Amino acid sequence: MSRPPLEIAAYEANDGYQSVHKIAGGLSANDVLDTIKGSGLKGRGGAGFPTGLKWSFVPQGENSPEQKYLVVNADEMEPGTFKDRLLMEGDPHLLLEGMIIAAYTIGASKAYIFLRGEYTTSVRTLKNAIAEAYDKGYLGKNILNTGFDLDIILHTSAGRYICGEETALLNALEGKRANPRAKPPFPQVSGLWGKPTIVNNVETICNLPGILTYGIDWYKGLGQGADAGTKLFGVSGRVKNPGCWEMPLGVSIRELLEGKAGGMQDGLGLKAFLPGGGSTDFMLPEHLDIALDYDEIAKVGSRLATGTMIILDDQTCPVGMVGNLMKFFAHESCGFCTPCRDGLPWVDTIFREFEEGRGSEKDLQILREHVDYMGPGRTFCALAPGATAPLGSGLKYFEDDFKAHIKQKRCPYKH
Amino acid sequence: MSTQVIASTKNRARQLTEEEIAEIEHEKTLYPDNQAVGLEALKIVQKYQGWVSDESLLAIADYLDLSAADLEGVATFFNLVYRQPVGKNVILFCNSVSCWICRCDDIKDHISKKLDIDFGQTTEDDEFTFIPVPCLGDCDNAPVMMVGDDLHRNLTPEKVDEIITQYRNKSA
Repeated sequence: MSRPPLEIAAYEANDGYQSVHKIAGGLSANDVLDTIKGSGLKGRGGAGFPTGLKWSFVPQGENSPEQKYLVVNADEMEPGTFKDRLLMEGDPHLLLEGMIIAAYTIGASKAYIFLRGEYTTSVRTLKNAIAEAYDKGYLGKNILNTGFDLDIILHTSAGRYICGEETALLNALEGKRANPRAKPPFPQVSGLWGKPTIVNNVETICNLPGILTYGIDWYKGLGQGADAGTKLFGVSGRVKNPGCWEMPLGVSIRELLEGKAGGMQDGLGLKAFLPGGGSTDFMLPEHLDIALDYDEIAKVGSRLATGTMIILDDQTCPVGMVGNLMKFFAHESCGFCTPCRDGLPWVDTIFREFEEGRGSEKDLQILREHVDYMGPGRTFCALAPGATAPLGSGLKYFEDDFKAHIKQKRCPYKH
Repeated sequence: MSTQVIASTKNRARQLTEEEIAEIEHEKTLYPDNQAVGLEALKIVQKYQGWVSDESLLAIADYLDLSAADLEGVATFFNLVYRQPVGKNVILFCNSVSCWICRCDDIKDHISKKLDIDFGQTTEDDEFTFIPVPCLGDCDNAPVMMVGDDLHRNLTPEKVDEIITQYRNKSA
């Protein structure tokens, strides 16, 4: 970030915490739930699940458990993803305001921010912001005389990519090994310490204050396509101006890549790109005019996911890039289920063979089989299926490159 | 739920310091049970001791009445809990995909050569430990790495030399 975050007074002067004042003015939890449902907000963590619908699964009423929890997933570790860091370092009060809205709606008096330990600047900005919010009475007991209590606890994690999976995250927060849990029961019903729990991504939460302050129509009007609102989009790789920008959902990929990121560095061409982090399928230059929209990207077999693109140029080895991702996923497997624990290291080994010029047709066949063995429905959680996205699409789009490795018995990109 | 630490290992536990105990007690107010505090306690002890020795782990298990085996299972799962001694400065080197595309392998080789260590090793003077880390979430500034709590961006061999000198001077 190029500037320090706003202090609470400056944040308030820019309509900050208006939504909390609206709640204090008599907005009920049901009103808020209806508003968020009506806004069409979809989760920004990767899966794109409608946020209001997720919240509505939390049991309410007299027979429901009194203690409910809100957990913010700030464990940003998806390869190539750098959007939540920007929000927490640049606008921590936006996250806190959103958390107050979410906790109020689901009836949670305690909320944890599950922050990855390496984000030391975010630790600082969030700690300051939380202290400011307590001082101003936005957190703590009887917030603005609403009778609603909320404590926010900043938890710094001790690592591992798998903690981004929401049930693994809950285990980590409980001080256990971060293996994912079986679903059902879903966390909304039985989550943290067995209590109803909502886990939302940082960016999702940061969408809430705007929706409540300015209304559904305003929010829907921001989107240029079928999806409502804006999204943070990032571009990394060898482009002229890598970075992260807030843009309306529905603008074209070209507008992001060429308009914002300035296109490829001189002398490089665009070979392919991952649209939303390391667990998404490759897309090609022919897809540049597709809208950055959940459904539009799904139509060409990939996912918008985190919205942070990783650009592959034509002088970087695609086999090497997929191999790098496979090494990452193999290393980050929690080791619980067999296809992931044994499949990913096998795949990783084969990629090393290719890199060293010993890859064969048989290896290609084994890789193809693993796309199936580790695919959706075959594993305990989404980690290995996530890995099969760049693997399967890479095998499809870069077949010539794999074959060149076999034929030349070396990596043709190495000079 | 918890089992008693058996006597023979209990004797090996070291005494937790007052500061460590104060911080562990604070964490107890934030979580409903000791199991959750266990992971926090590992991080607290590491902050003061640099790493988590067997003696420290047994002390935490004893203090929080947790199974030492369970706590060991947790300690070895998380990559930021060090169960071996590390150098004064831990280098967390990002080698995930965006950094890889931006040629972080060259930077890695440069560091390895300069410090004469590979991933997982510590320099002879105990100054640096070199560890790979999942994507550090600063991909628009790739390649990146952390040294201790500080993030260093847009790395070049020259910049790495400067950073290493800077940390060496700091502890000299």
